[in-house]
Amino acid sequence: MDTNRRDFLKIVGLLGAGKAASALADVPGIPQEKAGPSEEAMGVLVDLPSCIGCRKCEYACKKHAGFPVDSIESYNDKSVFSHHRRPSPDCYTKINAFPKSQDGTQPIYVKDNCFHCVDPACVSACIVGALRKHPQGAVTYDASKCIGCRYCMVACPFEIPTYEYDNALTPEVRKCTFCFDRTSKPGGVPACVEICPREVMTYGKRSELLRLAREKIGANPTKYVNHIYGEHEAGGTSWLYISDVPFEKLDYVKISNTSPARLTESVQHGIFKHFVPPLALYGLLGLIMWMNRTAPQDGGGEPVLANDSPGDPSDTADSALDRDNHKAGGKP
Amino acid sequence: MMHQKAVTLPGARHLDTVPVVPSPMPVERRWLTPGVVVLLVLTGVGLCFALYRFVFGLGASTNLDQQHPWGIWIAIDVCTGVALSAGAFTTAALIHIFHREYFHAVSRPALLTGALGYTFVGLGLLVDLGRYYNIWHPMLPSMWQGNSVLFEVGICVMCYLTVLYVEFIPVVCDRFIGDGSHPRLARYCDKTRHVVGKTMFLFIIAGVVLSCLHQSSLGNLMVIAPTKVNPLWYTPILPLLFLLSAIAVGFPMVIFESLCTAWALKLKPELSVLSALAAYIPPLLGVYLAFKVGDLVIRGSWVHLTDGSVQSTMFIIEMVFGVIVPFVMLLPVRARREPRSLFIASTLIVLGVALNRINVFLVAYNPPYASRTYFPSVSEIAVTIGMISALVLVYRLAVTHLPVITHEPD
Repeated sequence: MDTNRRDFLKIVGLLGAGKAASALADVPGIPQEKAGPSEEAMGVLVDLPSCIGCRKCEYACKKHAGFPVDSIESYNDKSVFSHHRRPSPDCYTKINAFPKSQDGTQPIYVKDNCFHCVDPACVSACIVGALRKHPQGAVTYDASKCIGCRYCMVACPFEIPTYEYDNALTPEVRKCTFCFDRTSKPGGVPACVEICPREVMTYGKRSELLRLAREKIGANPTKYVNHIYGEHEAGGTSWLYISDVPFEKLDYVKISNTSPARLTESVQHGIFKHFVPPLALYGLLGLIMWMNRTAPQDGGGEPVLANDSPGDPSDTADSALDRDNHKAGGKP
Repeated sequence: MMHQKAVTLPGARHLDTVPVVPSPMPVERRWLTPGVVVLLVLTGVGLCFALYRFVFGLGASTNLDQQHPWGIWIAIDVCTGVALSAGAFTTAALIHIFHREYFHAVSRPALLTGALGYTFVGLGLLVDLGRYYNIWHPMLPSMWQGNSVLFEVGICVMCYLTVLYVEFIPVVCDRFIGDGSHPRLARYCDKTRHVVGKTMFLFIIAGVVLSCLHQSSLGNLMVIAPTKVNPLWYTPILPLLFLLSAIAVGFPMVIFESLCTAWALKLKPELSVLSALAAYIPPLLGVYLAFKVGDLVIRGSWVHLTDGSVQSTMFIIEMVFGVIVPFVMLLPVRARREPRSLFIASTLIVLGVALNRINVFLVAYNPPYASRTYFPSVSEIAVTIGMISALVLVYRLAVTHLPVITHEPD
């Protein structure tokens, strides 16, 4: 090991090369400190108590996404409410029924679909940026980038992304797209919002929807629970819900008010802060290596072990020659 | 960097001049032994099931579902594989950075384990990825996603695999240097080895840095799922715990694998080196244990230990048999000199860290909407066993043809 000043210059050169890989430290275009939702961010306010469980939204969702769909009449079948159904690769939204009153006669219906988080964990998790958060609010997926690692499914606190496990060659992550092909154009409204006969859902600017939700709760405080689910949950979501039954009784996930991605990203960007910590470690190890270096020509004659070694305290070439003579144990 | 230590680490070219010292040499053994046949069969079975997965898809071959996106192919083949390959960077740091040349005998076996371990991590990932043919996408700058913990892991693992292969170049070169029947190849190898040797220190330090980065980031992966991971394991310091456990399992893995190799190939184990190496284990494992216990106490999550769930039982097994028992076992010097206790303790630590990874990624993973628990399918188990068998086979092939293991000539 002939570490000398020239080698240290090489190390310095390598540090420069390392800078090129500083994508981990700071990526242009992706702000590390997530601000709140942008001004133009759209959302949907769901007034759960007015839903009658007609499941027309499921029909519209499948139809819009281009999936095979049964007749609209078949959606009147209420037997599907016997068990909790989750969004699936061929239907991005599902309606579930929960007992509203103690006697269970009158159900309350809950619509499950992607919340389109303000600061989505799935987007943070995605290794290739196949998931993307648009300023308009939607979180969309680009299958051509996807490697199929399914980390987005691990990351999503609402367990929304689903996977086409049965597709052997080109499986996709499937989740609500916020009908991005429509909503990215002026006047476009998501298919489920459009079809709803009871106007359960209101599509609009998220800030205005929050105002509307507070108005509704304020106008009818005995009916509504004083909680807008999605205002703060997981750092806020584009889809907002108001209810007359506490959300924990409707299987809504209990989650803190910051996105799970904040912690992982702060750890990661802390480790890679301006690429200093890895380079400092590199430099430190190089220094240790240099300080512990052996005599230049043949290390054979020099003791190379420090005395604090737990093993052989005198690892000279002689002891190396001898070492097989020891029956057991490193300490002669 | 190794070529300077002519006496303790002679390449094959020194053998004609200094034949006295035991040095890394190919171990000449019959190829087809009963053990090899068993491994070949297991590898073949695994290959068939892997083929089944590629033809019929993940749905047909695994027990994964919409709530359980990751199974044993990630938890064992990838995450445990990375953890148990940590011996390569811990021994590289010990021998080449802290210059404890006394341990040279384990340098190449550990390096080989690491290089093969990470290679099979990549292969395991190929089987698990839904769009395996896009595995190279993270290398494209246009797809870099610096916020992604998985991106950090992926890039570091790719770089580190390259480093491991570079570190392995001298081993391959030594095989041919001085080979009279291929004079041109021998000359080329000699030249290559010289060039690589000059710059090797850069790679060795890079390997240690890259390892520290991705071993910890692997723990950071699950930090993004606070509502899904059991509180016994979920902690913001998961990255630190993963790093500490990787460092702690490095030497035990080297000892485990050295003793297994010695017994399988009927060689005398380098016991003095191994027991000296084992002296580092109690402090390293002790630091991990201290952080683990401290984390339980500070977060107050120890209250979940007595809830009688599968999770609490698995946590207790992991900690008692995987950490505390081997820690206590290896404290007395006498136990470290005894091959039996050395083997048992090392095996326990290896299994303990493996169980920790399985626990964090599978047992602790309990998403609120899960309607059932995950248990691997026959295909998943067969592929994982096939992968491990194939790794052992390639390891055997390597040590019988390349100068990896330090032993006296037969």
